[in-house]
Amino acid sequence: MKDQLFGKDLNELKDICQSLALPKYTGRQLAEWLYKKEINSIDAMSNLSKKTRELLNEKFEFGLTEPSRVQESIDGTKKYLFPTLHNRFIETAMIPEVDRKTVCVSTQVGCKMGCLFCMTGKQGFQGQLTAGEIVNQFRSIKEYGDVSNIVYMGMGEPFDNLDAVLKSLDILTSEWGYAMSPRRITVSSIGIIPAMIRFLNESDAHLAISLHTPFDIERQKLMPVQIAYPIAEVVNEIKSWDFGRQRRVSFEYILFKGLNDTPLHVRELSRLLSGIRCRINLIRFHTVPGTPLVSPDEETINNFKDQLNAKDITTTIRASRGQDIYAACGLLSTKELLKTKD
Amino acid sequence: MERAEEYAKRDRPLKWVKVTNNHEISPGVFLISWKRFCDFVPGQVVKLAINKVQPPRIYSLCSGNRNETMSVLFNIKEDGYLTPRMATAVEGTELLVSNPYGSFHDDGGSAYWIATGTGIAPFYSMLKSGLSGDKILIHGARHLDQFYFEDELKHTVGSNYIRCCSGEQSPEVYHGRVTQYLLEMNQFPKDFKYYLCGKSLLVVDVRDLLISKGISYNNIFSEIYF
Repeated sequence: MKDQLFGKDLNELKDICQSLALPKYTGRQLAEWLYKKEINSIDAMSNLSKKTRELLNEKFEFGLTEPSRVQESIDGTKKYLFPTLHNRFIETAMIPEVDRKTVCVSTQVGCKMGCLFCMTGKQGFQGQLTAGEIVNQFRSIKEYGDVSNIVYMGMGEPFDNLDAVLKSLDILTSEWGYAMSPRRITVSSIGIIPAMIRFLNESDAHLAISLHTPFDIERQKLMPVQIAYPIAEVVNEIKSWDFGRQRRVSFEYILFKGLNDTPLHVRELSRLLSGIRCRINLIRFHTVPGTPLVSPDEETINNFKDQLNAKDITTTIRASRGQDIYAACGLLSTKELLKTKD
Repeated sequence: MERAEEYAKRDRPLKWVKVTNNHEISPGVFLISWKRFCDFVPGQVVKLAINKVQPPRIYSLCSGNRNETMSVLFNIKEDGYLTPRMATAVEGTELLVSNPYGSFHDDGGSAYWIATGTGIAPFYSMLKSGLSGDKILIHGARHLDQFYFEDELKHTVGSNYIRCCSGEQSPEVYHGRVTQYLLEMNQFPKDFKYYLCGKSLLVVDVRDLLISKGISYNNIFSEIYF
């Protein structure tokens, strides 16, 4: 199998050129063709000599992967299914809004974290995505040219595949790559502390942490990672960082009826997050098979938001999108995985 | 490299200890020990590294909390950095170890302990620390030689020690996966706690199965090997 050019960073492209005895500047030319122009083959790199293209074709392929399936919701949200190795699938969501188009990308095939409320975890861990496979989810969708924001909130735990995630961020934000502002990119994690520190050091993208309850034992039952990386330690680490005025940290909070939607939770959240300039995103829970959890009613959700805002924590409710196409991550690919097993 | 050292400094502090024993208890699986330097609660984990450059990894302690030594159980990951090197450690080799931490604790009541592979470690630690009573230990493995501490567990846990082997057969051992064994169980006591430890898919599958059998998720405690 040939190696893929798409997903290589500038240094890697320069190294490839050196190994093929091509001029060093060809590396930058390759980056331009890969990340700035809408081509999908080495043959289309028209400012490279025919001999250079033949040489590259011998050892490499361009490396884009088309989605194998697309579903569109009545609200315009699209769910793309991309094939990966061994008949596995990853999901990418494109969420259109009035003033923006956001792409939600996956970072792993399946997930190891085993959160009680997550469908992706039910697939187990199938493998890591490469930087190329992550960026391809943005590059190979129909809306590519119109995408304004990227969120790493699809399948998998980004901080469990940090090398590839950081490399993909480099490709997306470098001047030789897509030159996107890191302020338009958010990486969401359950809070693997050493990886989070490295991410904060090496990237300028926004950080979102899956919080879901401020209480230790409760979070442990929802998210086994709590045993290894308690949320209090995650938050303490965040408190020690200066996020400046541009970089944002937010906390994701899925509301579960009767479990994490009480005034006690509001009080503890306020105590836990005091001193951090942050936002809480409340998320409605869409039931997944095999979990005993259900979403509270709208009144409870709004009350919870109001109570947090009254405590001076900026709190918003995330709009639910694409429910008719299983846009919540993991649902569609798990169905597809089960189909291939049958 | 400098960056890796910087992350290590910001993480849970590690201290140097000297290996007192490193025993291959099954092909490719080692029990490595060092002198106990603090108290711990069985079920807790430590971070472990062999130098300050590579990030540490997390392991459950696999020894009694009154033993002279602390131990962890690990299997060699061929493509890994840490475990192939740890496997070559001998008496006197230095390791970096954190203080124990974590909250995967048995509260002392009636419980099922369900593990696969090296996920047996926290339960072995609990037994060696004197936790006893109404405990049922279910251990799953692919091969018969992967039932670590088998002789000792047969002796101490007796008929409440259930082995499930998916890849080989033996008269004493249930032939099939842990999930298959659980599916064939008629009753799941509602007042028991269920402690699960192992790889994520096993933990998720068993947790879903228990919930489908009417066990409250409040009574299910999971530790996943990330």
